[in-house]
Amino acid sequence: MDALTATVAWLLDPAHWSGTDGIPIRLWEHVWISALSVLTAAVIALPIGAFIGHTGRAASLAINLANIGRAVPSYAILVIVLPISLRLAPDLGYPPAWGLSEIPTFTAMTLLAIPPILVGTYAGLREVDRDLVEAARGMGMRERQILSRLEVPLALPVILGGVRTAAVQVVATATLGAVVAYGGLGRYLIDGIARNETDRLFAGVVLVAALALAVEGGFALIQRAITSPGLRASTGSGPAAGPRPYRQLAEVPRGGGEVGTA
Amino acid sequence: MAAERQAQVAATVEFEHVSKRYPGTQAGAGAAVDDLSFIVPAGKICVLVGPSGCGKTTSLKMVNRLIEPTNGRILLDGVDAASRDVTDLRRGIGYVIQQTGLFPHQTIGENVATVPRLLGWTPARRRERAEQLLAVVGLPPATYRDRYPSQLSGGERQRVGVARALAADPPIMLMDEPFGAVDPIVRERLQNEFLRLQEDLAKTILFVTHDIDEAIKMGDLVAVLQLGGKLAQFGTPEEILAAPASDFVARFVGADRGLKRLSLSRVRDLALIPAVTGRTGDDVRTVRDRILADPFHYMLLVDDLNRPVGWVHQEALPADGALVESMTESMSPLLDPRTTLKDALSMLLDADVQAGIVVDAAGAVLGLVTAEMIAERMRSGVAGSGA
Repeated sequence: MDALTATVAWLLDPAHWSGTDGIPIRLWEHVWISALSVLTAAVIALPIGAFIGHTGRAASLAINLANIGRAVPSYAILVIVLPISLRLAPDLGYPPAWGLSEIPTFTAMTLLAIPPILVGTYAGLREVDRDLVEAARGMGMRERQILSRLEVPLALPVILGGVRTAAVQVVATATLGAVVAYGGLGRYLIDGIARNETDRLFAGVVLVAALALAVEGGFALIQRAITSPGLRASTGSGPAAGPRPYRQLAEVPRGGGEVGTA
Repeated sequence: MAAERQAQVAATVEFEHVSKRYPGTQAGAGAAVDDLSFIVPAGKICVLVGPSGCGKTTSLKMVNRLIEPTNGRILLDGVDAASRDVTDLRRGIGYVIQQTGLFPHQTIGENVATVPRLLGWTPARRRERAEQLLAVVGLPPATYRDRYPSQLSGGERQRVGVARALAADPPIMLMDEPFGAVDPIVRERLQNEFLRLQEDLAKTILFVTHDIDEAIKMGDLVAVLQLGGKLAQFGTPEEILAAPASDFVARFVGADRGLKRLSLSRVRDLALIPAVTGRTGDDVRTVRDRILADPFHYMLLVDDLNRPVGWVHQEALPADGALVESMTESMSPLLDPRTTLKDALSMLLDADVQAGIVVDAAGAVLGLVTAEMIAERMRSGVAGSGA
């Protein structure tokens, strides 16, 4: 049996679709830790990105910090957090198992997700035509209104692009959780290697890749659904006459802040 | 348009020794705006004109405090702009910028209702106001309300920009090169439309342009600025063309200022020649008699609403029968009574038939104007009879 048919056979085996080591449970573990991490990262990175994008203040500092964070491997974060979260378990009253698995995985994935969201939000806001912002201000919009009614809607495709990148990276990297005894689809990879079962290993790879593609596709649909029809290149209804009156996503960010290498 | 006359109080705008200096600008570069003083009476258009870098846009932005003056005060109806809440101040001033600044993610209707929304109007009232204003600027609301800016032509977008600035019926409007991004023909039409609107609105308007012709055409008053943000001359267009205050002003208005004075008179200032008109179905023989009695051997075919269709030359008429549309050979440029003589002359020089047809707002024929009539007026030297 070659590797492909072995993998397919493994995936189709009903025994692998039930129990605590079954695909549905592993998939669920994988999805919820990824979703929680991306959500947490968004809660942290979106407001910061919006602030530095709108004001241009502290932009280089924030972007550089995020990029440094990106340079630290997720694996390193796992092993740094692990002893700390294990030791804090009795004091903070959470189960020691969390200290071993959930908390290190969650921390590493959240830190992984922050830079793309932060950079995407910042870059998206910076690309909004400054003339539009000034027009809004000149008509009497308050700064908060400029942000919520003009900058964020215009930057939304780019912001969502950052969240999408973060989500895909997290889904692919959350396999590392298995190293610290967390479940998730990474279990199949780690166990497959440990037991020298290539069919289990490859099945794990296929499942992770499929999940990442599904996340990618899902975000593409969301991005399309919530982008204003006025921002799509061709809206289909009526003739698009003449050149656009605004520079769309073409302006170099001002204030010297490096956008990084996203 | 009587419905537009709600609470229109235009306000006086007074610059009082206003200066703007930027810290740390290149050595040698002086002020952006230097000791600017002038008064724009309520309901007048004041055009700020000058070469790029003369501080005209800076001056404009100091009125709605996008830029704060370093020295001096700007008084709106006697009240220092600096003493007012900046957001309230801005919501009470219409603002039209270059390239229109329309929000690309919002529909035309939403764009126009921007300030009403900020002021907390109900959605129904906002929609009604947006539709009313779109109609005022000549864009049928049913067609345009739900479109997006990227679906409009440059000229249409400029109109939306004007409608948006008018939304909350502000007493003051600031217009920064509002017609800068469209081709000359569309610009000419937008200028005329805007002047027609202003006859009803009577707002106090500060208008920035780098184009002296536009300044002369649009302004009741013109402030010529020179590099370093100094006021080179302030006066009516007639005064500036007739007596430039300095070499700079004389050079800026150009050597052809005699010709430019044609911009100060409009087609409606001329005694128009009545046109010989006929409608389809008229008897050819009576038409011919009327043409022969006229020095201008053409007849203008018009439709039921008296709108011109085309010229019929006497030689194109058959011996008898009825007038039909296929007898027309050519058309002339259609002129608005507000068209300046300068623009009218240039259109006539480009056209086949030597007479321009002057039409009213509904497109009905008012009369004819010829290049000779304009030349005659230049010779008689009364070009400055005014707008």
